[in-house]
Amino acid sequence: MSPPAPARPSTPAPPRARRASRRAWGWFACLAVAALLFLVSLGAGSRGIPLDGVWRALVHRDGTAESVIVWQLRMPRSLLACVVGSALGVAGVVMQAVTRNPLAEPGLVGVNAGASFAVVVAISAFGITRASGYVWFAFVGALAAASAVYGLTARNSRTGQHIRLVLAGAAMSATLGACTGVLTMFNSQAFDSYRFWVVGSLEDRGTAALVASAPFVALGIAIALPLGPSLNALALGEETSTALGLRTRTVRIAGFTAVMLLCGAATAAAGPIAFVGLVVPHALRMLLGPDVRWLLVYAIPVGAALVLVSDVVGRLIAPPGEIEAGIVTAFIGAPVLMWLVNRRKGVRL
Amino acid sequence: MSTASRQRSRHLVLSLPRGGSLRGTRRPLWAGAITALSCLVLLALGVFTGTYHIGTAEVFDVLGGGGSAMDRFIVVGQRMPRVCAALLVGAGLGLAGSLFQSLSRNPLGSPDIIGFTTGSTTGALAALLIGGGTSLGAGGGALLGGLATALLVHVLSAMRGAVGGRLIVTGIAVGAMLASVNDFLITRADIESAESAKAWTFGSLNAITWPHVVPAAAAFPLLLAATVVLARPLQMMSMGDDTAAALGVRVDRIRALTLLVGVAWTAVAIAVAGPIGFLALAAPQLARRLARSGGVPVFTAALMGALLLACADFAGQRLLAPFQIPVGLVTGALGGLYLMWLLYRKV
Repeated sequence: MSPPAPARPSTPAPPRARRASRRAWGWFACLAVAALLFLVSLGAGSRGIPLDGVWRALVHRDGTAESVIVWQLRMPRSLLACVVGSALGVAGVVMQAVTRNPLAEPGLVGVNAGASFAVVVAISAFGITRASGYVWFAFVGALAAASAVYGLTARNSRTGQHIRLVLAGAAMSATLGACTGVLTMFNSQAFDSYRFWVVGSLEDRGTAALVASAPFVALGIAIALPLGPSLNALALGEETSTALGLRTRTVRIAGFTAVMLLCGAATAAAGPIAFVGLVVPHALRMLLGPDVRWLLVYAIPVGAALVLVSDVVGRLIAPPGEIEAGIVTAFIGAPVLMWLVNRRKGVRL
Repeated sequence: MSTASRQRSRHLVLSLPRGGSLRGTRRPLWAGAITALSCLVLLALGVFTGTYHIGTAEVFDVLGGGGSAMDRFIVVGQRMPRVCAALLVGAGLGLAGSLFQSLSRNPLGSPDIIGFTTGSTTGALAALLIGGGTSLGAGGGALLGGLATALLVHVLSAMRGAVGGRLIVTGIAVGAMLASVNDFLITRADIESAESAKAWTFGSLNAITWPHVVPAAAAFPLLLAATVVLARPLQMMSMGDDTAAALGVRVDRIRALTLLVGVAWTAVAIAVAGPIGFLALAAPQLARRLARSGGVPVFTAALMGALLLACADFAGQRLLAPFQIPVGLVTGALGGLYLMWLLYRKV
């Protein structure tokens, strides 16, 4: 006869479970904020529509001016902002975890320059002008550039070497930027398409860009989310994580595949939007701590919210004109980068 | 041969009047002579050859003061100012880079990495597109934009004590913001002015004439003298500020003067040719490797910068002739590769 098992205390709940439920609620709160921003984004612009008007236009799709504006102009744009923002946020989390470098950001490590160069090649050499056409080129360019930069600096992962990754990215961007410059000088029409693509705008991308990029983003997120526990183990260092039975090589390759899918699709659809992948992981880490599983899940609504806010701010800041989302995010992100580097404690993951 | 005499054979001591002496190794002299000779070769190539064919005898005729009007125009009005501008601007950028690098004690502390070049591009674009300015206005805008950016980056990175790495990342961050401003300005212009503005931002020596070159040539000796005067205290400061102060160097003053002269060199170069990337980064480093000297290799860096820019311009002119690649794109592409190689090697 075994002694009766000690009764588990029913209240209060164990701190671990309580924290998990609090985080789950927090996630739903973030989602709600993103949804609210989505509605604001449907209403904001050179012709402002109040929130109740937005709701009416959404429910009654009756061909009035307001419902046309909401459904045909602002709906694709806002959806694209959500897709791009989630993609870049998740990509930032994965990239920082895989490289174990807090300064790793898709734009800083040359992904944007690679994608830009490939897009210019697509426009000028192959005459492709639709996002659904050059999304493949952007993938290849992003993949090649980021692999080269990572390969240049991967041989050591000591702390204090974080800045090398940024420098290698700057060097890669300079080289590819010069090549892009030569191509755009040859071809005036390519330059005209390129200059509007490169500022990172969500305006006038149409539903084609959305349809072309969304499946890849979904695939990338589907690869990234299950990686959370492995990335947590990877944070312990190469030796320790190998000793724990982690196949570090497989995890790295899966992580990089996810980053390429996410960044390539986002960049092809909306142009290079910088610094979202840097800001989102750092902000979340301050709130949630270093657990990559939660960071990945939270990055989806928070990244979307950040790009939505940037797009809305860009639309409202200089009426009747607009400032592209990519420019707004650069002005939000660059000060964050400076602050991270200037902190007395130094940059930490 | 004893160690001492072998040592002496490699060193060179030049006695000066009043008890002073100049000392150094022989290697920098050789390096300088070879670079200077290569510069001369490029000068000759630039004057004697080109897309428009002129025989060697005719060029000598022109140089002697004769020749047909057409040949005169091509040789004196087009080829000579271009080669002279390449050598002058290259030398200036090499010196600017060597000053900034010894100031930040970091081989990466060149004007383009710390945002100076992007800032001057912003200034010039604003002058060209908003002010509807001429190329002279663009030069002025470039000066103001570059100065403001250099100041901003220094203030931001010096708040917690200027460390090389911080200076550089702050520069990259400010540069990223300004680059997005540049892209924005370019989308807001009509296609023709956007193309000409974009061409300016690449940095080019195409269609350069004497009026562009003469002001730079006039400023050159003055700035060179200032750089030579600064070289010795800077070499002492490379041993640490405290040691230099103990040796009688007024560290803060020298630092401010170095920044000023470095900015002036960069500004002269930008006003003549537009922003030319990576030359200021690569020239002092290559000069240092060639001369195997520590410290600030003033003359070798200047000669190396001149040689690199003249080579790059020659390549840009001939590679895809008759289409002329702006020299800034040639240096940008090669400089990026060079920096990547540096990072790869120094693991």
